[in-house]
Amino acid sequence: MNKMTLKTEGDTHVIVTRRFAAPPEAVYRAHTDPKLIQKWLLGPEGWTMPVCINEAKAGGKFRYEWTNGKGGGFHITGEFLELEPYNRIVHVERMHLPDPTPDNHIETRFAADGEGTLMTMRMTLPDAQTRAAMLATGMEHGMEASYVRLERMI
Amino acid sequence: MYNLDATFSALADPTRRSILARLANGEASVNELAKPFEMTQPAISQHLKVLEDAGLIVRRVAGTKRPRRLAKAGIEAIDQWLAMLRKALEQNYDRLDEVLAGMQTHKKGRKR
Repeated sequence: MNKMTLKTEGDTHVIVTRRFAAPPEAVYRAHTDPKLIQKWLLGPEGWTMPVCINEAKAGGKFRYEWTNGKGGGFHITGEFLELEPYNRIVHVERMHLPDPTPDNHIETRFAADGEGTLMTMRMTLPDAQTRAAMLATGMEHGMEASYVRLERMI
Repeated sequence: MYNLDATFSALADPTRRSILARLANGEASVNELAKPFEMTQPAISQHLKVLEDAGLIVRRVAGTKRPRRLAKAGIEAIDQWLAMLRKALEQNYDRLDEVLAGMQTHKKGRKR
């Protein structure tokens, strides 16, 4: 019922959709309140976000830092372009690895769906090559798990 | 036989992963592959050789050029990266379900 979809569109977009059992106001707050973000925006098991700075206003900046507790880590910085409580967030972000990746422009919509919310996140990358590179690096911290899984297949 | 050790060490390098990601968009010449990395052509050629030996990419002869494209194992590696991204996002949203459930309970007890 709450199954996520992830697909590419055209040369430069990535679209993610997901349903939630809570109203748009709650889902929006969970995307903008640092204390809430730190509870879920973590990626694979074992990763935490010790730094979550977020000025949720148009022109505001954010910075998220992740660590795996074993010396591995990276951070994302970004700026909010538009915020329409509780329906829509538009922002740009880039990963620092440590060199910054090209900007990813992201529009996130929260639409009422019965008693819940349908979230649609639309990412726009500058070009096809950047999108391919992002999809590959986005999986960077999943690589460890992927190795374990591959090793089991031997 | 498929050599997993060679695949692991080939994938362990970020430049080589980026090359694979680039090739996911289609065939490319050595010059095109070298461009984003500010590396010398011999350095890129060395990475390409590792990918080739691991069976992740193949080359084609086109006049004086030797464009590279993904081999079946390379396509599978890219698919696996996508599966990892999907899994990381799914784990995030499963956690968000819990956070939202907690917010609902909280709200019932205290109006805000």
